[in-house]
Amino acid sequence: MFRLDGRTALITGASGGIGGAIARAFHAQGAVVGLSGTRREALAALAEELGDRAHVLPADLADPAAAEALIAAAEGAMGRLDILVNNAGLTRDTLALRMKDEDWETVLAVDLSAPFRLCRAALKGMVKRRAGRIISIGSIVGATGNPGQANYAAAKAGLVGMSKALAQEVAARGITVNVIAPGFIATAMTDALSEDQRAALAARIPLGRLGRPEDVAAAAVYLASDEAGWITGAVLHVNGGMAML
Amino acid sequence: MTDTAEITKQVKEIVVEHLGVEESKVTENASFIDDLGADSLDTVELVMAFEEKFGIEIPDDAAEKITTVKDAIDYIVKQKAA
Repeated sequence: MFRLDGRTALITGASGGIGGAIARAFHAQGAVVGLSGTRREALAALAEELGDRAHVLPADLADPAAAEALIAAAEGAMGRLDILVNNAGLTRDTLALRMKDEDWETVLAVDLSAPFRLCRAALKGMVKRRAGRIISIGSIVGATGNPGQANYAAAKAGLVGMSKALAQEVAARGITVNVIAPGFIATAMTDALSEDQRAALAARIPLGRLGRPEDVAAAAVYLASDEAGWITGAVLHVNGGMAML
Repeated sequence: MTDTAEITKQVKEIVVEHLGVEESKVTENASFIDDLGADSLDTVELVMAFEEKFGIEIPDDAAEKITTVKDAIDYIVKQKAA
């Protein structure tokens, strides 16, 4: 079950904690992986760790032209693109009263507009081949909101609406489009918190711990697999029970 | 072969390939949706295939009016003559 042998997958933000875990999990299931991100050295290190079936495809998705070029590069390197994982994202947290237009626009550009452009470009080949998987990494805050993250919450909620619209457009072509909405995952970002802060966070999670990148990666493997072929337009919440949606 | 004849031939080839229909069904008056079983995504794919094949751009308002094989041929012939 859940094998991805011979499939090609592009993972954006693969130099990060969640993206790296998704890349490793896909690779372990037999997929050819395209590793994208802005940090070339981290991508190269991951590619070296994985060995064969790994391609480094650097891209800065803040550049509107980068998305289309990235899909072309992925198709060039791997022959075609079966699975797109929109994982890259950034935050510019601050209370709305202090939020600059630039903070809003940067987050919307990278976290929502870039995924749309990547989907649009990837779908051309998928529609032709009558197969494909698109998985976007949303967030619990897209459903619940979070103070200081009006921009990020809007972008992540936007991914859900976009994915549901795309899911309906391409369902007849055997392509599924889904969202994974992680809760609090232990990454470099949460490592910066104090022990007390981490404990307070864990106390809000029924399953009693922060999530691991691997928890998200397992959900991504599932949605990418043939076994998930009857699931589209869905949001899979991976949050330890913190929000039961 | 005249340009129009060549364009007609290529348009029909694209339609046959994309929609997987019998060549004999692809008459000039055939409607993509009503006669050839296309859905709305098929029509978008056809327009994109025409754009690629003939090196032209078909804006959305023009694309909406291309509902039959003849519509496509006429539009492309006109664009190529311009």
